[in-house]
Amino acid sequence: MSAFLQYTLQGLAAGGFYALAALGLAVIFGVLGVVNFSHGACYMLGAVASAVLLDTLGLSFWWALLVVPVLMFVFGVLMERLLVQWLLRLDPLYNFLLTFGITLVLVDLVKRRYGVSGLPYQLPPGLDGRVTVGSVSLSLYQVFVTLFAVLVCVAVWALLTQTRIGMIVRASTEDAERSRALGINVGRWVTPVFGFGIGLAGLSGVLAAPFRAITADMGSNFVIILFAVVVIGGLGSILGAVVAGFLVGLVEAYGQAYAPSFAQVLIFVLMALVVLVRPSGLFGREEAA
Amino acid sequence: MSEQLTARADLELAGEPVIPASRPGLRWAMLAVGLLVALALPWFIYPPVAMDIAAWALFAISVDLLLGYTGLLSFGHAAFWGTSAYVTGLIAINAGVPFPLAVLGGALAAMALAVPIGYLSVRRTGIYFAMVTLAFAQMVYFIANQWRSLTGGENGLQGIPKSFFGIEAIETDSFYFYYAALPVILLGVLVAWRAVNSPFGQVLVAIRDNPARARALGYDVERYKIMVFVLSAGLAGLAGGVFSISHGFASLQELAWTTSGKVVLITVLGGIGTLWGGPIGAGLVVVLEDRLASSGFNGVGIITGAIFIVIVLAFRHGIWGTARNGVAAWMRRRRSGAGGS
Repeated sequence: MSAFLQYTLQGLAAGGFYALAALGLAVIFGVLGVVNFSHGACYMLGAVASAVLLDTLGLSFWWALLVVPVLMFVFGVLMERLLVQWLLRLDPLYNFLLTFGITLVLVDLVKRRYGVSGLPYQLPPGLDGRVTVGSVSLSLYQVFVTLFAVLVCVAVWALLTQTRIGMIVRASTEDAERSRALGINVGRWVTPVFGFGIGLAGLSGVLAAPFRAITADMGSNFVIILFAVVVIGGLGSILGAVVAGFLVGLVEAYGQAYAPSFAQVLIFVLMALVVLVRPSGLFGREEAA
Repeated sequence: MSEQLTARADLELAGEPVIPASRPGLRWAMLAVGLLVALALPWFIYPPVAMDIAAWALFAISVDLLLGYTGLLSFGHAAFWGTSAYVTGLIAINAGVPFPLAVLGGALAAMALAVPIGYLSVRRTGIYFAMVTLAFAQMVYFIANQWRSLTGGENGLQGIPKSFFGIEAIETDSFYFYYAALPVILLGVLVAWRAVNSPFGQVLVAIRDNPARARALGYDVERYKIMVFVLSAGLAGLAGGVFSISHGFASLQELAWTTSGKVVLITVLGGIGTLWGGPIGAGLVVVLEDRLASSGFNGVGIITGAIFIVIVLAFRHGIWGTARNGVAAWMRRRRSGAGGS
């Protein structure tokens, strides 16, 4: 039982990374119609940035949690203004390919600068302990990551549903054409939303920094699991991204615990099942093929 | 937003034939030049690199069959290239048959794998199709990684022989091996050429340009998509099999998503919707990577990625398409100039 709880927590913590990053992916897709291939690379940049900031400026984990997403937001804004925006009117495949090219450049730049071995990062003081609940001892950091991810997801949800900005963004996601007809300046929100999504990927990377090996390739597999997450959740759906993120984290953790040789395959089996039974994803709307 | 999710014709496919069909002479001349280049390649380029170019060229053609002619971007074609690399290697090691037979076996295995993957993937179009194929390819990668007894895990499959009727020159000298393997590649190109210049190919283009109308005309769109997917996987398999025989080993790299990405990059760089693009892109990328690797520059992705960004932003027709449009514009200008005087 105690082992099961630990696996569950492990899954929820990993799911937190997926949910946050997938949330960013979903928001960007919703408003811009862009599937950002470089999302994994941005997650990697978030982790690398927090390690480098700690090393050079002595910036603590808590500050990184605040500063890095802002830096990634700026990075996202630049990326959108300089590159992505030119292809927005074309088939989304073009931006998929563009961001794939960006990924190649980013990964190899980091590899050249910081090598292939992992950058060191300590668990932040105060979070390196364990909490004991009854007879079960759990990693405090994993509890923190899970709670923090849930909190951010709820905050984003509140932002999207309770504020005027959120209403506009949701309307643009739902039906950009009609929103425009109703006098909403959809184009105005494109750049900040892209930056916001990249910021979320960066935030996910900061959370992963004390927990995962920080290497240039850490986002390569991550982004493909993210794609599986959004296919499972339904690409247009923000709730779907979050739920599927945690679901995939749990599947991965249970898989690693009970069927280690199939852990990675399980996620894709789950995706295949969803595609077979409900092609538009668990929370996606049916679309005319 | 749903109209953005479907594969639309505005993929800016350079479909319109600039070289009119009324000039078949030019077409045959181009084919002859292409064949000559293929035959002369190992005289000018280190033969194993020439072999790589030929294999990647066919691989790119297989991707273009889906992307350029059917409007489906497969981002998981490494699954077929890599599966065939392993199966070809296993057949060559264990059965001792001449290598073209082993490659054929590998291609068949790739096609068998493509049936379930294609069946599931064609349920989605556009960007979803790319993501789903990518994810399935990653699944194949993990299975190969786990199935150590068969694939050798991280060590890969080593010591794949180039058996060819005991002819020593071919089995040991990569220069002669090139000429023994080239017919296998050309067979693949011929199949692709026949496919796109047939009624089947016309249906594919119809599906690309307007799936709803193709359906209304009574074509079973899904079935055609699965058929071309399996055919494309077979061509990728031929290429991957030749590649693994040529290198004498098959590694997980062959199944990795970077390989899927590289072939898409080659295809788009060369130009989609034309069988010439793949070979041109393959020649450029393989030679570039070879030069960069031998100059000791690590970070090939910075260069190839940057080139790719420029291509996607500014030259979406790829090298072949851009050159063709340039020539067409020049010819038009010259003709109108001549008419005016």
